[in-house]
Amino acid sequence: MNNSKFHFIDYIKYVTLLIGVFVVLFPLYVVIVNAFKSTDEFNASSSLTLPKSFFNIDNFITVFQRGGLLTGFGNVLIIIIITLTFNILLGTMVAYVLGRFSFKLKRMIFGAYLVATVIPSITTQVATFGIIKSLGLYNTLGAPIVLYIGADVIQIILYLQFIRNIPYDLDESAMVEGASLFRIYRSIIFPLLTPATATLVILKTISIYNDMYIPYLYMPKQSLGVVTTVLMRFQGVNSADWNMICAAILLILLPTVVLYVFLQRYIFEGVTSGSVK
Amino acid sequence: MFESISYHKQKTIIIVSFLLIPMILLGLFTYYPAVKLIYYSFTNWDGYSPEKPWVGLSNYKEVFANSDIFKVFQHNFAYLVMGILQNIVAIYFAIILSSKLRGKNGFRIILFLPYIMNGVAVAFMFGFVFDTTNGSLNMLLNSIGLSSLGNTSWLGTEGLVNYSLASTGFWRFMGYNMVIYIASLQAIPRDIYEAAKIDGANAMQTLWRITLPNMKAVIQLNLFLTVTGALEVFDLPFVLTKGGPAGASQTYVMRVIESAFAYNNYGLASAMSIILLLFVVIVLLLQQFVLSRGGDK
Repeated sequence: MNNSKFHFIDYIKYVTLLIGVFVVLFPLYVVIVNAFKSTDEFNASSSLTLPKSFFNIDNFITVFQRGGLLTGFGNVLIIIIITLTFNILLGTMVAYVLGRFSFKLKRMIFGAYLVATVIPSITTQVATFGIIKSLGLYNTLGAPIVLYIGADVIQIILYLQFIRNIPYDLDESAMVEGASLFRIYRSIIFPLLTPATATLVILKTISIYNDMYIPYLYMPKQSLGVVTTVLMRFQGVNSADWNMICAAILLILLPTVVLYVFLQRYIFEGVTSGSVK
Repeated sequence: MFESISYHKQKTIIIVSFLLIPMILLGLFTYYPAVKLIYYSFTNWDGYSPEKPWVGLSNYKEVFANSDIFKVFQHNFAYLVMGILQNIVAIYFAIILSSKLRGKNGFRIILFLPYIMNGVAVAFMFGFVFDTTNGSLNMLLNSIGLSSLGNTSWLGTEGLVNYSLASTGFWRFMGYNMVIYIASLQAIPRDIYEAAKIDGANAMQTLWRITLPNMKAVIQLNLFLTVTGALEVFDLPFVLTKGGPAGASQTYVMRVIESAFAYNNYGLASAMSIILLLFVVIVLLLQQFVLSRGGDK
C-alpha cells in the first residue's frame, strides 16, 4: 500500500521533469532541424520534421559570408579579453582592501557597490550616453569595455568569501619575512583567489557575450558589431528566411553552450554563491 | 622598494591606490549618471543643445497626467504574473531535484541550460516558435489535435503578446531560480528533517513547516528580482516585436528609451527613469518591511 503510493509520487516527479525537459529542448530542436534545410526544403516541409541531411551546411556558410559573424566574434572576443583582465585585477584589489584592512570608509564603499545594483542601469544610460560621448568613446570598443570593467557587488561578495577563508597567518608570516603588502596581494592573495576568479571569468564571459543593449547603443558602426548586434542586423535583412536565421541562432548559441557543458561546476558555483548569502 | 616603508604607511598607500580606479569607475558610470538623471529630469533638454532649460516639476507632472505613460505598466503586468509562476515552478523542481531521484544531475543541467544562452538568439528562436504560419508551436498544436489553437497569432494578438513574450522569459530564467533554490535547500541542516521524521511529520507538513520557512530569505530575494525584473523589461519586446502590434507590447523602459533616443526628450525620459528608480526602492522597502515583521514572529 505504502509502497505503491511512493511509486505514484515518483511517477509524477518524472512526468513533470520530462515535461520541463521537453519545454526546454523543443525550441532548440526546432532551430537545429531547420538550420540544415535549404530554402526550398524549408518551404516544402513542416518545421517539425528532420532535414534531409545534417551535412547540408550551406546556411551556415551563408551566415558567415553575409552576416559578418566573424567580425562579431572577433569584436566580442577583444572586448571580453580586455575587460576581464582589468576587471579581475581591479576586483581582487577591492576585495583585498575590503577583506584584509579596517578603515573608516570601508562600510560605505561596500554599501556603494550594494546600492549600485538597485539603480536600473538601462534607464541611466540616458545620462551615461553623454559621458561616453564626452570621453570620446562613442563608436569605439572602449565604450563597452569601460562600462563592463567595474566590479559588481556579486563579484566582491564572492571574492570576500574566499579571502575570509585564506588564513591571516599567511599574511603575518610573510610580514615577518619582510614582504610588502603589495607583495602579499600579488604572491599570496591573488593566486589563492584563482578558483573564484575562474568562476567569475566564465560567468562574465557569458554575460558580456550575451549583452545586447550596450553594444547596440554605443557601437552602431557596422564594423563594430558584436554577436548580438550582428544577429539583429542579419535578422533585419533576412527576416523571412527562417532557415538562415536558425543557422545564425545556432552559431551564436554554440560557444556558451560548449562553455557550459565543460565548465558547469564553476557556473553553478558562481550563480549560487552570490545570491544565497 | 616598499619593504622599507612601515606597514602602517603601506596600508594607507594600498587602500588609496587599490581603490582609486574602482571608485572612479563606480562614480563615473553609476552614481554620476544617476545624479545627472535627477538634474535632467527638471529640464527639457533635447540631448544635444548646450542649454538645458529648467522646467521644474513639469516633466513629473506630465508623466502622471499622461495616462498613456502609466498604461504601459499593464504590459509589464504579464511579466509579473509569469515571473511569480516561474518561481513557483522553480521551487517545485528544486524540491524534486533535492530528493532521492535517479538522473537528477542531468535534469538540473538541462533545465538550467536556457539561462546561459544568448538573449537575442533566444528571442529570435521564439520568434520562430511563435510564428503564425511557419511557427513550430502552432504546428505542434495542430499535430496533437488542438487545431482550434493552431492558428493563433501569438505575437500579433493584443491581449496575448505580452504573455507570449513573458513565457520566453520564463523559459530562460526558471532554471536560474531553480539552481538558487536548490542551493538554499542544501543549506538546510539534515537533522531538522530527521527530527521531523521522528516526530511523525508527513511530507506535506515537512514542506510547509520546515522546507519553505527555511527558504524564505531566498524566496524574498528571488521575488524582489522578479518584481524589479518585471518593472524593467526591455530587451525581449525590443528585439522581438519592437513594441507591436500597435504598441501593445511596449514596456515602460522601452518608452523611456524611445522618449530619449527617438524623440530627443531627455528631460521627460529622465523623469520617467527617476520614477522607475523610486518604484524599485519602494518595492525594496516594502519587502524589507514585510521581512522584518515576519522575522518578529
